[in-house]
Amino acid sequence: MKIQNKDVWVFIEQRNGKPADVSFELLSKGRKLAENLNGNLKAIVIGNKIKQLAEETFKYGAVEVLIVDNPELEHYRTMPYSRILTELVETHKPRIILYGATIIGRDLAPRVASHTRSGLTADCTDLKVSTVKYLKHDYENLLLQIRPAFGGNIIATIISPEVETQMATVREGVMRFEPVPNPVKGKITEIPYVACDYDNIIKIIEQHRQENKVNLKSAPIIVSGGYGIGSKSNFNLIHELAAAVGGEVAGSRAAVDAGFITADRQVGQTGVTVRPKLYIACGISGAIQHRAGMNESNKIIAINTDPDAPIFSVAHYGIVGDVMQIIPMFINEFKQKLR
Amino acid sequence: MEIHSIVMVKQVPDTANISGQVMKEDGTVNRAKLPAIFNHEDRVALELALQIKDQYGGSVTVITMGPPRASDILRECLFMGADDAILISDRKFAGADTLATSYVLSEAIKKIGNYDFVFAGRQAIDGDTAQVGPQTAEKLNIPQITYAEEILEVTETYVKVKRKIDGGFEILESKLPVLITALKDSAFPRPFKAKRIMAYKNTKTLMELEKFTEGNSLLYIDQLKDEYQSKHLYIQTLTMDDLKLDELRCGVHGSPTKVYKIESVVLSGGNLEMIEPNKLGINHLIDKLMEDHILG
Repeated sequence: MKIQNKDVWVFIEQRNGKPADVSFELLSKGRKLAENLNGNLKAIVIGNKIKQLAEETFKYGAVEVLIVDNPELEHYRTMPYSRILTELVETHKPRIILYGATIIGRDLAPRVASHTRSGLTADCTDLKVSTVKYLKHDYENLLLQIRPAFGGNIIATIISPEVETQMATVREGVMRFEPVPNPVKGKITEIPYVACDYDNIIKIIEQHRQENKVNLKSAPIIVSGGYGIGSKSNFNLIHELAAAVGGEVAGSRAAVDAGFITADRQVGQTGVTVRPKLYIACGISGAIQHRAGMNESNKIIAINTDPDAPIFSVAHYGIVGDVMQIIPMFINEFKQKLR
Repeated sequence: MEIHSIVMVKQVPDTANISGQVMKEDGTVNRAKLPAIFNHEDRVALELALQIKDQYGGSVTVITMGPPRASDILRECLFMGADDAILISDRKFAGADTLATSYVLSEAIKKIGNYDFVFAGRQAIDGDTAQVGPQTAEKLNIPQITYAEEILEVTETYVKVKRKIDGGFEILESKLPVLITALKDSAFPRPFKAKRIMAYKNTKTLMELEKFTEGNSLLYIDQLKDEYQSKHLYIQTLTMDDLKLDELRCGVHGSPTKVYKIESVVLSGGNLEMIEPNKLGINHLIDKLMEDHILG
């Protein structure tokens, strides 16, 4: 198959007119992918009164923004958004489209991928462009979509060699925010919104949203608990340690699944990726999905009863012992030093 | 009011309980060694469908695409209260990614026809992609409500659903038919009924009946199938040919995404320094962190 287009698109997600952080993180990554492909980075913005938001994408290297701006599109709705994006993809046939792996991204991307029969890989932890040999064929400049698989016991590199458009979703925090040093004002191309009856097959009756109060990404110190903490009441100790060292509380997926902590504080592949100054992992065995979300922390302390726990492979300081004893000891010693 | 729901379920490897034996020397996974379980969110999806049936009347059909042993979860669905269960199985479906899977499932749903709801779990634990639901809805050309937390109201023409959104929730009203994906806490799956276990424990799929006839020249598969069907013990089994599918859109051929490389995980961090699990050790650690201006 001869592929002409080399453009990289990023779907810019907005809620009440505010862009999602992950969209700008993806622009930062998309810029590098576009450079490797020798193509253009383009942002796609759908919404109401979004011109200003569209201009912000230039700061992250977009050279063109395609906008569909209409009061009907104020809130994300599956039917109009997926129809509009599908039509744009069919017209322009971009080489790559990146979406945040948010609830919106995970609702929208598969619908568009299904219609256009594109390859779609969820929750990538890394993306690269490379020429690969696959089943004796050479494919130039394919998107390598890297993600942990199978409960995180392996890392898989996924490719979509035979499609025109390669799509991937990425969680918030995985890619780094990188504004361009000298941004250039790009082009804003307005695409008219043409209403379609089918768009209104689902109506929004009510919507309630709170600004996310938890901001793990910018916390300098994170104290994180895992399934090894044992119970929700034991988890109080994690809160106490966080309070003592001035950190945010987080948890592994197992801790979230066990109900010890809420999902908005989950660190890892299916949660948030963090890079704090100090990460204290308490009772976390360290499945790859978790490690992938915290291994770039500046310093990592791991406390675990199992000396063979994988978490120690990424830690700088390891303590083999029971968190229920170690944490109170830590809090106590630290408080004495501060006196 | 008669509401017909179709529920898509999946048998998944129990990825949460991977032990040493399951990982091969080269770091790949030995699937055969993994216990197979009923994907939890799919069971929740079935519960939502059963609750609608309890409240408004109608029926529930469960479908799964998978290897012959996936019949185990279909029987579980029957034990819970499903009226019908269908196994969609063919060697040619092997290696399907989410796009090829949604093609097969959507064609099966079209063949069943006459539905008000399609339910599924939001995602399956073996891939966590959450793609098959929306892709199936797109192929059926029906709307979708993903991340459903609660079904608030059902009428003959529409449904009201509370769904999760980033940072909150919204209430949507959709015309029927619609595809809905359930979260793990959207409902509490009911236990099996003893009476239904007795009634359905001997149900068999086509592949299971074929096993009986192997090496027994007195048994004929068609007769056996008729006999099981007449006793309501036959689990309808659909293959690629039964569904008249395009082979190029099934299994590995129909999957745009390919696994290019699999590596066992090597994530190395800094040089690990072990700290003694006592006061002295902790004291030494805190000193270091304070010296480096990380703490304090």
